[in-house]
Amino acid sequence: MIKSLKKFSIFLASVALLVGLQSEAFAAKKSRTLSKTIKQDHVKCGVSQGLPGFSNADAAGNWTGIDVDVCRAVAAAVLGDSGKVKFTPLTAKERFTALSSGEVDVLARNTTWTLSRDADLNLTFVGVNFYDGQGFMVRKSSGITSTNGFKNGISVCTNTGTTTELNMRDFFNSKKISYEPVAFEKADEVVQAYDAGRCDTYTTDKSGLAAQRTKMKNPDEHIVLPETISKEPLGPAVRHGDQVWEDIVRWSLFAMIEAEEYGITSANADSLKTSENPQIKRLVGSEGELGTLLGLGNDWSLNIIKQVGNYGESYKRNIADTGILPARGPNALWTNGGLLYVAPAR
Amino acid sequence: MNYLDNIIKPKQANQNTLVIFGSILILISFLDVVLLSVFDINLTGSSKGISFFLPLLLGFIGMYYIRFDHTNFPLINRFNKSLNIDWLNSIFTLLSIFVLLKFVPLILNWLIFDANFIGTAKEDCTGGGACWVFINVWLKRFVYGLYPDSETWRINLAFILLFVTIGASYLAKPKFKKYIILFLLFVFPFIGLSLISGDVGGLVYVETNVWGGLALTLIVSIFAIIFCFPIGVMLAMGRRSELPVVKYFSVGFIELWRGVPLITVLFMAANMFPLFLPEDVFLDKLIRCIIGIILFEAAYMAEVVRGGLQSLPKGQYEAAKSLGMGYWRMHLFVILPQALKIVIPGIANTFIALFKDTPLIFIVGLLELLGMIDLAKTNPKWLGFAAEGYVFAALVYFVFCYSMSRYSQKLEKRLSTER
Repeated sequence: MIKSLKKFSIFLASVALLVGLQSEAFAAKKSRTLSKTIKQDHVKCGVSQGLPGFSNADAAGNWTGIDVDVCRAVAAAVLGDSGKVKFTPLTAKERFTALSSGEVDVLARNTTWTLSRDADLNLTFVGVNFYDGQGFMVRKSSGITSTNGFKNGISVCTNTGTTTELNMRDFFNSKKISYEPVAFEKADEVVQAYDAGRCDTYTTDKSGLAAQRTKMKNPDEHIVLPETISKEPLGPAVRHGDQVWEDIVRWSLFAMIEAEEYGITSANADSLKTSENPQIKRLVGSEGELGTLLGLGNDWSLNIIKQVGNYGESYKRNIADTGILPARGPNALWTNGGLLYVAPAR
Repeated sequence: MNYLDNIIKPKQANQNTLVIFGSILILISFLDVVLLSVFDINLTGSSKGISFFLPLLLGFIGMYYIRFDHTNFPLINRFNKSLNIDWLNSIFTLLSIFVLLKFVPLILNWLIFDANFIGTAKEDCTGGGACWVFINVWLKRFVYGLYPDSETWRINLAFILLFVTIGASYLAKPKFKKYIILFLLFVFPFIGLSLISGDVGGLVYVETNVWGGLALTLIVSIFAIIFCFPIGVMLAMGRRSELPVVKYFSVGFIELWRGVPLITVLFMAANMFPLFLPEDVFLDKLIRCIIGIILFEAAYMAEVVRGGLQSLPKGQYEAAKSLGMGYWRMHLFVILPQALKIVIPGIANTFIALFKDTPLIFIVGLLELLGMIDLAKTNPKWLGFAAEGYVFAALVYFVFCYSMSRYSQKLEKRLSTER
């Protein structure tokens, strides 16, 4: 009995090894996700169910937003058409299961890159498309101009069940200020409570604060304090184990950022094909074989830039022009004092 | 003394004068509340904190004077009989009227008078009331979801076909009626589905991830209603069966599905189920969710129907058997028609609950009516119109649920045979 079990387990192990070897060899040549995406002719992308500036539908039914643009860039790179994306709106709770079950292949849902998510949830973050951080909003009439002005017993409006709540606790505990949390499930309720004067300050990510501020009865009566109490690098993620696909998504994002660095826009991309600068020529596909290395056509980045635009255009269209955060802040290029610094595409 | 006595104890002789005097007092109290709440004019000089106190006193005295057994004014008689029986009753009447007078104008102002109806952008809403422009601009999305505009005629056609067939089933002769209903139950769902999803007969394939809005709410509920009913009936019969396998399977199924929350079922269907499937087998998320809802609601339906089966006297079963009917014929022609008739209110209850449960599919990322409203209200150009969206959703849900309820009542009346 035991002997036969042993035999059987050896057999199982060798089968597993064989299958593993084969898939390894397969992956070296081509990515499973890539071939699946090409076969079904659309990129399956998970986005949020509506977050101002990040992912949203307009009244005509088109998805827009800075997260949405990452998905469109991947579609432009892989399929040559930024419109070939199947968007799946996901809740915060189901986003990771949706990615690991193959319901979506790219998760661009304002997800904070953390160690536990990266290591524990079998996903890989490919980069950062928005640097956010938690901040506070107060009424101008309160006279508070920085978090140093917070006094004991301050009441704080916040969302339940997110890292926002934990960051807030860490912040107040380390500053030894007693506070009274007023927590709600939905952002709308939090804003309403704060606007009705139920708490002295309202905390969430700064992009969220800026967007919610426009909803207030009198937006000019409120200010966002300059301090940022947490790092929230938001970025697209893919499944573990498909490095080719991971590279494609990463470099689609990087191409957008690098295009801004070199001043390539959707308007001038075609005319820059004959540019003097070899880096620009590589990005618009008139020099080098970068696309082939990724397993894509050589016009992959040209398609991204022409159809989606560079990162700056995307930011302007989705975040600045909609009145959410007109100033780039940390999301400016490194050359302009921001944090956007990507590896060179060459 | 005599004069005072007359004031405290109203006499039949002075009836007309007293009634007129009392009515005037009551009208003044109403006027005061209206002026105070709508125009901010304080007639009686009472402070805003106790704005109801003085009008209440005036009204109370007025009510006292008009409270006769019989007056010459028919309207007052009716008023006395229903709303002014004794002093306690009169206070409640006054307070209810005051509350209505105070809040109805405010609500109407928000809903209609201060509201904006025409426009294309947030900036057109200047009235301070509701911004119905929001609903107006987004209506197509609320109804069709993200379904491409050029193809929405397919959804329209499917639903027009549905309503025409339902209308035809009303008007048709009983002989054809049976076939129309069979068509409606077993053929139409698939015609409608292929019309909306496409990929047949030259129609463009529209993937389910863009389905949404009211159309999706209706698609999900119609499918769930049509399929949960027969499954529920079978389970109910199964639970009462004498065959142990059938019986315990039914009991197990019903108790399992009733024992878990719908959200869990949906989450499993949407996210966990694909993990168990082989790589190349793909079942659409929407279909997985609909199947989940059908099985969940079938368990509830089974218990409703079982209630009907158990309420029938044993004699009915025995009579059917003594006529030589077998199990299926007995149930089909004798038991079920009677049992289902009894449980129509319960069935309607389950269907209405099911219809109102559909917004839960929002949590697995399907954007039905409420989900679309949530999406629209986070659009950077349209921030801050949650109230308008939810009022609209409430209205739509009310219309559908109320018509379902009315229909079931009509059905009950039509099928009622006094026993």
